[in-house]
Amino acid sequence: MPRLTQISFVIGLTIVGLVFVAAVIGPWLTGHDAFAQNLNARLIPPVWMEGGSSLHWLGTDQLGRDYLTRLLYGARISLFIGVLTVITSGLIGTSLGVLGGFYGGRIDDAVLFLITCRLSIPVVLVALAVVGLIGSSLTLVVSTLGLLLWDRFAVVARATTMQIRSLDYVNAAWCSGCSPLDIMRHEILPNISSHLLVVCTLEIALAILLEASLSFLGLGVPPPLPSWGLMIAEGKDYMFFSAWVIMIPGLALFTLVLGMNMVGDGLRRAFGTQVIK
Amino acid sequence: MTPILDVRNLAVRFGPTLAVRNASFTVQKGETHCIVGESGCGKSVTALAIMNLLARNARRDAQAIRFNGQDMLAYSDRQMEDVRGNRMAMIFQEPMTSLNPSFTIGSQMIEVLRRHHATTRHEAEQRAIALMQRVGITAPHMRLGQYPHQLSGGLRQRVMIAMALMCDPELLIADEPTTALDVTVQAQILRLLAELKQELGLGILLITHDLGIVARVADHVSVMYAGEVIESGRTAQLFANPAHPYTRGLIDCVPVPGKIRPGEALGSIPGTVPVMKDGFSGCAFRFRCPQASEVCTQAVPRHALGSDHIVHCHLAPSQGAGQ
Amino acid sequence: MTQFIFRRALLALSVVLTVMAMAFVLTRLSGDLAISIAGPGSTQADVEVIRKAYGLDRPVLVQFFDWTRLALTGDFGNSFFFKDKVSTLIAQRMPVTFTLGFAGLALALMISLPLGIIAALYENTWIDRTALLLVMVGQAMPSFWLGLILMIVFGLQLGWLPISGTGSWQHFVMPAIVLAFTAVPALTRLMRSGMIDALGSDYIRTARAKGLSRSSIIFKHALRNAAIPVVSIAAVQLGFMLGGSIVIETVFALHGVGYLAWESISKNDFPVVQAVVLVLASIYIGLTLVSDILNALLDPRLRGA
Repeated sequence: MPRLTQISFVIGLTIVGLVFVAAVIGPWLTGHDAFAQNLNARLIPPVWMEGGSSLHWLGTDQLGRDYLTRLLYGARISLFIGVLTVITSGLIGTSLGVLGGFYGGRIDDAVLFLITCRLSIPVVLVALAVVGLIGSSLTLVVSTLGLLLWDRFAVVARATTMQIRSLDYVNAAWCSGCSPLDIMRHEILPNISSHLLVVCTLEIALAILLEASLSFLGLGVPPPLPSWGLMIAEGKDYMFFSAWVIMIPGLALFTLVLGMNMVGDGLRRAFGTQVIK
Repeated sequence: MTPILDVRNLAVRFGPTLAVRNASFTVQKGETHCIVGESGCGKSVTALAIMNLLARNARRDAQAIRFNGQDMLAYSDRQMEDVRGNRMAMIFQEPMTSLNPSFTIGSQMIEVLRRHHATTRHEAEQRAIALMQRVGITAPHMRLGQYPHQLSGGLRQRVMIAMALMCDPELLIADEPTTALDVTVQAQILRLLAELKQELGLGILLITHDLGIVARVADHVSVMYAGEVIESGRTAQLFANPAHPYTRGLIDCVPVPGKIRPGEALGSIPGTVPVMKDGFSGCAFRFRCPQASEVCTQAVPRHALGSDHIVHCHLAPSQGAGQ
Repeated sequence: MTQFIFRRALLALSVVLTVMAMAFVLTRLSGDLAISIAGPGSTQADVEVIRKAYGLDRPVLVQFFDWTRLALTGDFGNSFFFKDKVSTLIAQRMPVTFTLGFAGLALALMISLPLGIIAALYENTWIDRTALLLVMVGQAMPSFWLGLILMIVFGLQLGWLPISGTGSWQHFVMPAIVLAFTAVPALTRLMRSGMIDALGSDYIRTARAKGLSRSSIIFKHALRNAAIPVVSIAAVQLGFMLGGSIVIETVFALHGVGYLAWESISKNDFPVVQAVVLVLASIYIGLTLVSDILNALLDPRLRGA
């Protein structure tokens, strides 16, 4: 079993790495502009299908924009949103969790209450409502998701901090006159960081999926930005005739999220059990 | 007389690791046979191997494991199931976790009788109550409906014993039955086992690391080291004339009141039990043995020192038999 | 036990109140509601009329307490777009969402329980690995995309099921499958790990030492203990699924509460949005309460406490 999970971890890392490289340099290499429309060349199928053209490897969308370029540009958006969301949610969740786990008592009760409240909020609905009521933009999607997805960080940070706070080296730090802030920063955080890293990867995957869902419903990333979810939504009207229009961005989304989860799972197995105990 | 249990050359492997090798011993009717040794010496694995309850990654080999003269190695899984809990029962070290937390004491006791014998629920309940009374559980009627977490550790071990007796077994295997219990409870449970042996003519195979227990309850002892029975004999004989350096070391480790003076250090055996791999030869104790010499790397001879007293040691005869 | 339920209920109530406050604040985020209601191209006078008509000229706290007071009696005001009482709208749409939720959960349990048990029984074999791979795939699958694929395959190419709408039970089949897909990974993992823990436990060794049959050991002794967390989590999962049904209902144009919420968001119909958030959150809170009680009832160790 360990060998197999290592393989899956490596596959996941490769997927994420390839998507990252493609997202960074890809859009410049295709020779097309992700936003340039050409109404004379609409819905050209990918090169391997009948009617495909080697000018557009993955064909063109309903406005004649090069699909490959948009797909690669979409990878940027997915990764950008995934990472920024997790930075926001990670900061909120980790601070709350460490505070609750470190101090216990009333503060911990309050943190637990916040977590309970957060869990009872239907994420997709509230994110949609916020974006719908304020108007869609990239920053709004990131901040909304960031403010909604901190629960797992809080839960994990709280539980692991509780395990660590009574250990000898933390007591030793107390005895040497460190302030609570020092202890949290220098003793607790480094020792729970491996758990938080696992949560990070899983949450990035979740944020990418949620962004795609929001964009698919028309309340995420605003057009003409090529978010994968938006590409699927735009392709929906043509999917019964040209299924590839939704298959290509969907497959990209699925693969990236799968890769991210594989990395997370591999990390969890690598240091999950030995640190918790 | 045919012994209830006759184990010949039992070996258990976990991959390349030999947990038990060349283990041979017998248990007679109405007799307590103790297997004693340090933790990790393979005594619990031996017990599980007899019941054929080893984990899936373990491999069991033996010349024979005879139960009342019948070789159980030839038994199918189904036949083995019919023996377990019925003619051969087992109790474990951890009474706290050995009972299923989701079922009442009563249902867990009744279940084993109804699995092996056609009885009504009522009859089974009556037997459970009678046995609980016999093992010293107060208010057995009430206990039937209680869950394991409502009982103390001592009571749970009594329930385990009563449950093991439900089908009137001929052999009871007890794997460190008192290790997890308080000393006072420990004594009560040991006394109970001794009484049951007398009353029911039960053969008991008791696995323990505690020589004090051995001295108190055993008729026969087998001392195990690194998966091997290195010395066995009648309890009195073995304690009086321990022939193997390891046995002597073990006995020296036991504090005997009145025998040691204040300030005097207890005996100890330096080092730990080595892990045996395939291809090992010679005496496994030679790394810790104060008398080890060149000869100990060769195959170990088996010496009979009396009617029942057997020792596996190069040095034994000159020292042990002479006395 | 009663004390436990009482304390949990009290907690649930305070969570509901907090969520109410949040739902209220949420709708004020867009700035001046009167302007958004009046819509583009309306005059300042129009806006003022609307502000008065909807009571938006009063202090925010007064508006909040007013809304809370009415909401607790089940009155969520009137929809701007549908020109109907919000409570009526939700009540009309709820059966569809509940049908979808229960069908999805039932399907998810029918898949994940056997899958988890089999994976645990064959831990570390190719069967287990296949099950874990399925779980991974399920976790990564975007539900709306899966929905579209099902539409193409079963709706268009095979023609077995209607593509969208709410008319008959056939309309629920694909949405329920997609919804079940979102819950299968978590439930399977939980069932698998619970079963692995149970099978490795001391009491299973005791059961084997008692000579019980393999099926009795697995299905009576191990499953009983492994199922406790799964059963109680299933209630929570239903809550998640109801909240998540908005995407699936929109994909399949299934006229449930989720679809209603999507419509209202697109139309800036804030009383409906507010109410749906509150109702779904309350249902979730109620279900977690049920889950806790269920857990306490199923586990004899918690029952007496």
